[in-house]
Amino acid sequence: MQTYRADLHIHTVLSPCGDLEMSPRNIVEQAKAQNIDIIAIADHNSTLHGPVIRKLAQPLGITVIFGAEVTTREEVHCLCLFDTESQRKKFQEYIDLNLPNIPNDPKSFGYQVVVNENDEIIEEIEPLLINGLKVGISSVEQTVHSLGGLFIPAHIDRPRNSLISQLGFVPPDLKFDALEIFWKTNPADILSQFPYLKNPTLIKNSDAHYIHQVGETYTTYQLAEPTFSELVKALKGEDERQVVGF
Amino acid sequence: MQVSDIVKELKLKVYGGESGLNREVDGGYASDLLSDVMGHADAGNLWVTLQNHKNVMAIASLKELAAVILVKGIEPEADTLEQCNEEQIPILGTDLETFEIVGKIYQLISS
Repeated sequence: MQTYRADLHIHTVLSPCGDLEMSPRNIVEQAKAQNIDIIAIADHNSTLHGPVIRKLAQPLGITVIFGAEVTTREEVHCLCLFDTESQRKKFQEYIDLNLPNIPNDPKSFGYQVVVNENDEIIEEIEPLLINGLKVGISSVEQTVHSLGGLFIPAHIDRPRNSLISQLGFVPPDLKFDALEIFWKTNPADILSQFPYLKNPTLIKNSDAHYIHQVGETYTTYQLAEPTFSELVKALKGEDERQVVGF
Repeated sequence: MQVSDIVKELKLKVYGGESGLNREVDGGYASDLLSDVMGHADAGNLWVTLQNHKNVMAIASLKELAAVILVKGIEPEADTLEQCNEEQIPILGTDLETFEIVGKIYQLISS
């Protein structure tokens, strides 16, 4: 068993608010420089940049988890993370089906581009990715879990687009695998605020939109190897796998 | 004025929580951020929103609101409906947008 550093919330140039420097190559290199072992690519309502980043990261020994930071109908941001390409594709179909067809205005929101491994633009995404999907948080949770993914409400204590800002408090019956808290937050404050949550798994990630933020905040996990299935166990605290700290 | 008077005057749908239709209405609050409602709505308020998650009912109960009005034809989720019956706080509905229904409610209450 070993400890590994994971930053499970990284945006790319595909997110309208993601800086143009957030190319797949730059992200992978920055993660390496910061000694991060596992990264998850979580653009707003899109999983499209996962595969190219996994390909680029492989020679550097960095594990890449697929995912998206979904905006639910309630405008709550949730990390939805997946292991395989087939899961990613199915979840992308679900997003495409439920994303309102409102075109992006790059001047107001920023560009939404998909690039290849050489940082060349291969596609521009038309619908605005930061909109809320037509489906509520429970539906998103059920879909993620039915596909075998991880469902983690993002930055739950931020004043915007968080579980707490949008829904007032953590719904007691919401089936999450962990809660992501803001990097400055003292976990004891969350635990005392929501005493009905029985020992929830709390993690911190960078939510990087700029390249210097990649790996700036991370969580350390005790795992047998840096894989998705080991991470699942660690979030549950199974078989001696666990969250060590942040 | 009771919730039932407002339902009648503005032809609102009643999705559930009928046993609370005799609650007294004292003003209203319009917001879709539940954290904001928790901090700023007052007891006896009608709450106008497009949020239909179950937490809406928990907050309506906590703040002792008179009723919840869902706008734009949005219907409560199944577990929200269940909870509104338990809490005995009506969930009402209109096809109008927030701006329009709030204007009508304001006129009715202040007349």
